[in-house]
Amino acid sequence: MRVWYFSEMAYHPAWEEGLQRGSLRVVLPNSNYDPQIGHQLLNRYLDEFALCDEVGLDIMVNEHHSTSTCLTISVPMALAIIARETKRSRLLSLGTPIANRPDPVRVAEEMAWLDVLSGGRLEMGLVKGAPYEITPANSNPANLMRRYWEAHDLILKAMSTTDGPFSWEGEFFHYRNVNIWPRPLQQPTPPVWMTGLSPETGRMAAERGHVVGTLLSLSAAGPMFEAYRQRARELGRPAGPDRFAYAGVVGVGTTREEGLRRANLAADYVRTSVVVAEPFTNPPGYNSLAANIAMLKSGGRRSGFVRDRNGNPVDQRTATIEQLIESGTCFAGTPDDVYNQIKALNDSVGGFGNLLMFGQGGFLDHADTVANITLFAREVLPRLRDLNPEPRKTAAVAAQ
Amino acid sequence: MGTTNLTCWWSRGEHCLELQGSLCNDTEMTKMLSVSGTSLDMVERGQGRALLFLHGGEGLAPERPWLDLLARRYRVIAPWHPGWARSPLIDEMGVVDDLAYLYLDLAAELGLDDAVLVGACFGGWLAAEIMVRSTARFSRLVLVDPLGVKFGGRDDRDITDVHALPHAEYLRHAWADPAKGEVDFATLPDSELAAIVRGREAFALYGWKPYMHNPRLKHWLHRIDRPTLLLWGTEDRIVTPAYGENWRRAIPNARLEMIAGAGHFPHWEQPETFVAKLAAFVDGNR
Repeated sequence: MRVWYFSEMAYHPAWEEGLQRGSLRVVLPNSNYDPQIGHQLLNRYLDEFALCDEVGLDIMVNEHHSTSTCLTISVPMALAIIARETKRSRLLSLGTPIANRPDPVRVAEEMAWLDVLSGGRLEMGLVKGAPYEITPANSNPANLMRRYWEAHDLILKAMSTTDGPFSWEGEFFHYRNVNIWPRPLQQPTPPVWMTGLSPETGRMAAERGHVVGTLLSLSAAGPMFEAYRQRARELGRPAGPDRFAYAGVVGVGTTREEGLRRANLAADYVRTSVVVAEPFTNPPGYNSLAANIAMLKSGGRRSGFVRDRNGNPVDQRTATIEQLIESGTCFAGTPDDVYNQIKALNDSVGGFGNLLMFGQGGFLDHADTVANITLFAREVLPRLRDLNPEPRKTAAVAAQ
Repeated sequence: MGTTNLTCWWSRGEHCLELQGSLCNDTEMTKMLSVSGTSLDMVERGQGRALLFLHGGEGLAPERPWLDLLARRYRVIAPWHPGWARSPLIDEMGVVDDLAYLYLDLAAELGLDDAVLVGACFGGWLAAEIMVRSTARFSRLVLVDPLGVKFGGRDDRDITDVHALPHAEYLRHAWADPAKGEVDFATLPDSELAAIVRGREAFALYGWKPYMHNPRLKHWLHRIDRPTLLLWGTEDRIVTPAYGENWRRAIPNARLEMIAGAGHFPHWEQPETFVAKLAAFVDGNR
């Protein structure tokens, strides 16, 4: 198993105000952001990413917009810095919300550039994006996935075509001469990742051989991974653990108490990320017909995907660390505790080869974050490497 | 011109799919009409002068009283736009231009002549798009709190962003009496909920960006050479009466009449007044 550290580079000083207003996203005015404090935080978070390279962790970066929960607004911008500050870590963009981007060829260029810069360390997530990302991007939610797939196909074609230019006249995107420079170092493209919560996403990813990731929810991961394996079997393709990724909050300490304390602070990510004003939670067309019917019947409420052992929804906003451990959302305690929890979840979903480690979540300070990263890398990572050992990469490795 | 293929639907049509049983019952006859290669789910009621009614973003809601009130005077033809209810999207796309040509083809298929074109909300936008292309089959135009045109500058919000409003706030914008707009979704069958969900998706598909308007439409409103009545709810906060006044100035032979005690949907909220004003305009000026 590989472990990919990430944080959302949160601006937690605004969270209390956001919680009072009922939205940390979209409608919380940026007067609640102090750029001087932000300057300190962004640099601190980048230092924490750089530390991962020293201790043997891989690195993941994601992006959100118009929110106090995540101040990474551009994956390629953050990864460009991190690529220069690291030597060994593989760099996972998870990812670019390609249905919200007006220019897929620009996405292909940026990803190719990052792959060249990093010596072929890039892993490329092409993601749907969360529902509340629709408004900041002002993208049409009712044809989001049609646009997603057109952008997906165009990006991969642009990255893998070496005898261009080629033309593209689709439903959403039009180019007469696509011929990107640079082209990526990993041929034909860096490994591609998708994210989701549903078995349908699992099947879609299986058909393309992509890595598929899900987050925070044991109850979503199992059916999605199984759908992937089943579809891959139908197609006669391999679907080992390296095709699966699971994101959870990690808090580890030399004592159980210390680990729980760290996890509890980092878990504020889980508690705050869902606090968003009602109109932006379910844009028309984003969720399925069946999901929308269920929501209308339940008075417009969307039941979350974090569920307890019995399948009952857990309210993320108020969940205790104990509830979040039970739901597979958090891994917390001593190194033994954390390893055992990850192993148990791994076994219950049929094995996954990539753990996406939320190792920082707002109020966990720099000293605690550094301790969390280093202790995890020293005591837990070596054991996880032996769990679902990684097969040889199919794509070319770095030039050196 | 596509071929006409009339099929009557009484109850459980095999093409209803997930909407099986919705909008069809044993007393009301709805039709699936094939026009220019696409299917239109539609209601036809009453006799007399033809009146094509184009519904708004919230759908047709044929169970509400205004449709029957209109049907006492006119032959009311009321389709569900592609994307709503059982009407499939055209090529899975949501383009307003397509709807304008589709309804011009429908009018030709039905042989409409000297007909009345009525559009409310999103349907008002469609009606204007139709009339700037051709007024040949319609001699009167009635626009009810229409969307579709941008009059202000780039910093002005002509049309309220209803997709950024919490539900309760939306009702206060759309209705003079917000309680009238409340729907108890928990009591509705899945088939009707599915129709509602599809309609919401379609509304977004057609009007997300630019938001609920065609930036070029204002330039061509002068082509509407038929007497036009703009009906406006005094309490409409989605598109205000001031926006209605801009419409009146942009169409050569238009007048604007207000309906008190109504918001964005005067035909739902004040159906008698709505029909009385419409009839006075349509029949009085003949």
